[in-house]
Amino acid sequence: MALVELADVVKVYSMGEVEVCALAGVSLAVDAGDFVAIMGASGSGKSTLMNILGCLDRPTSGSYRLDGIDVASLDPNARAEIRNAKIGFVFQSFNLLARTSALENVELPLIYGTGAVGGGERLRRSAAALAQVGLEGREHHFPSQLSGGQQQRVAIARALVTDPAILLADEPTGNLDTATSREVMQVLRALNAAGKTIILITHEADIADWARRRVVLRDGRIVEDVITGREVGVGGAA
Amino acid sequence: MRIVAVRLASIARVGLKAIVRNPMRSSLTMLGIIIGVACVITMVAVGSGASQSVQEAIGALGTNFIMVIPGVVTQSGAHIHGGESTLTEDDVEAIRRECPSVAYVSAGVRTGGQVVAGGLNWGTTIYGADVDWPLIRAWNTSQGEFFTAAEVRSGAKVCVIGAAVAEALFPDGKAVGQVVRVNNVPFHVLGVLERKGGTTMGTDQDDQLVAPYTTVMKRVMGTTRIGIIYVAAVSPDAVARAQEEIEALLRQRHRIAEDQPSDFMMRSQEEIASRAAQSSRTMSLLLGSVAAISLLVGGIGIMNIMLVSVTERTREIGVRLAVGAKARHILLQFLLEAVILSVVGGALGVALGFGASRVISKIAGWPTIVGLGSVGLAFGFAALVGVFFGFYPARRASRLDPIEALRYE
Repeated sequence: MALVELADVVKVYSMGEVEVCALAGVSLAVDAGDFVAIMGASGSGKSTLMNILGCLDRPTSGSYRLDGIDVASLDPNARAEIRNAKIGFVFQSFNLLARTSALENVELPLIYGTGAVGGGERLRRSAAALAQVGLEGREHHFPSQLSGGQQQRVAIARALVTDPAILLADEPTGNLDTATSREVMQVLRALNAAGKTIILITHEADIADWARRRVVLRDGRIVEDVITGREVGVGGAA
Repeated sequence: MRIVAVRLASIARVGLKAIVRNPMRSSLTMLGIIIGVACVITMVAVGSGASQSVQEAIGALGTNFIMVIPGVVTQSGAHIHGGESTLTEDDVEAIRRECPSVAYVSAGVRTGGQVVAGGLNWGTTIYGADVDWPLIRAWNTSQGEFFTAAEVRSGAKVCVIGAAVAEALFPDGKAVGQVVRVNNVPFHVLGVLERKGGTTMGTDQDDQLVAPYTTVMKRVMGTTRIGIIYVAAVSPDAVARAQEEIEALLRQRHRIAEDQPSDFMMRSQEEIASRAAQSSRTMSLLLGSVAAISLLVGGIGIMNIMLVSVTERTREIGVRLAVGAKARHILLQFLLEAVILSVVGGALGVALGFGASRVISKIAGWPTIVGLGSVGLAFGFAALVGVFFGFYPARRASRLDPIEALRYE
């Protein structure tokens, strides 16, 4: 059974009297350990798909099973628990808390977890997640004291700290230059190599090439779903 | 339970950090509460200090003190003093004899007059009294002696004068042994009364002359009726009982039918005291409510800042929601932040209020009493203000949609 299973997902937004169909029947299966890039121009529905995959939003119809759990019908509190336990978010604009140390930023999801994690254990796990993205020694730096690439790595560490089933990266290199983008994509690839399932949303082809599989959306439908392979990714980023 | 406690502690720490991270904003926010609480405490301290000094001043007059005055209180509460006084010397004697709760009793009259000594003259109140008057009023002479029973019986032309009168007529301080003329009647000054200061009603008690009532009635006023009876009950507790005894006795002596109002009234020191206490309580309440309004304004300040803070931190809220915070966690975080602000502000306000009360005591020479009650009240009210005014912004924060919040610029 696939880790992520979307079946015929439809999402309709009503803007006053007008109904906008953002997703018009999307079916997608992602296996554990996969590295998928979801591509599409703006307005293609990729942000909507990302929100649904991230349990931030619910589909209008269709089903969504994440790690065997039917999450399409859950209430907001239950979805918050799922987000905490199963999903790690990486955002385009990092979304780190200002004037808060890297370590405390990474610790954030552990505060809201359902498991009883004491302060000491939280710090230990947070420090381990920072080490995993190559930021040992920067635990007590504030975001303003870190470079863009380092800030995004802190955000990745924050996404990893609860050991989620999938990592959802929404345009993770959108605010970064080419060299720094490579740095971040290398971290993601290393994580994938270590077994983490990653779903990457991007509109840049060279970033998508870092992934193993490419899914292209247009007008709320999947129009392309191909295995691109890793070797291409290395070449594309160089 | 442990999980909840751990998480609650973490969320409280998050709120605390948000406060520490913005020291300028936090202290300005707290300022409203600090000033509000300090106001409440200072105002109540000034109010209760004033009411205590009033009580002490009244207590100094003698708490056993009762006055019987002629006249009728109608049902509408008006005091009608029609024609001649109905009180007699026999009434005084009867009270002395038949009322067991009465310790001392003295007949009295009151009139105004011009007092002349040498080239100086002074308009003052002339009291006629009996020998027990110093005991009833708890008032002794600071120089010389009070007049004796023999002098009262014979209607001797002797008197004691208040400190203010002595000062006005005898600036050299040698009043005792001198002669003053009241309506051309010469009186020997036997003594000068101790200084007592103003009453709560605003009159200067030291501005008076006291002579035997017999003399004042015959020589000064030309009347045979007494104007007032001064009574002291055996103890402060016996005042009410003494009043009942006097009332029953005088009604019987004046042959007043059961359904008719009395032709006299009584005023006890206790009544006067309670009236004064009531007015100072009203004053305290007024000051307190002005202060409470400033506390309310402080609370609105907190709400204002918290609303700004929620807007400013919309993204932070979005991130928290994305990583698994539930609406109630966000609510709790912002609510705790508001409560911490108001409680810390409250504590600082209590300290400031203490200080301000001290300073007012020093400068105005006014006693102030910082009561535990007002501290608790102000502090509790501050916390309540925090919860009340923190709730709306916190609820607004908790109702944010994570997708919108993350997209917020």
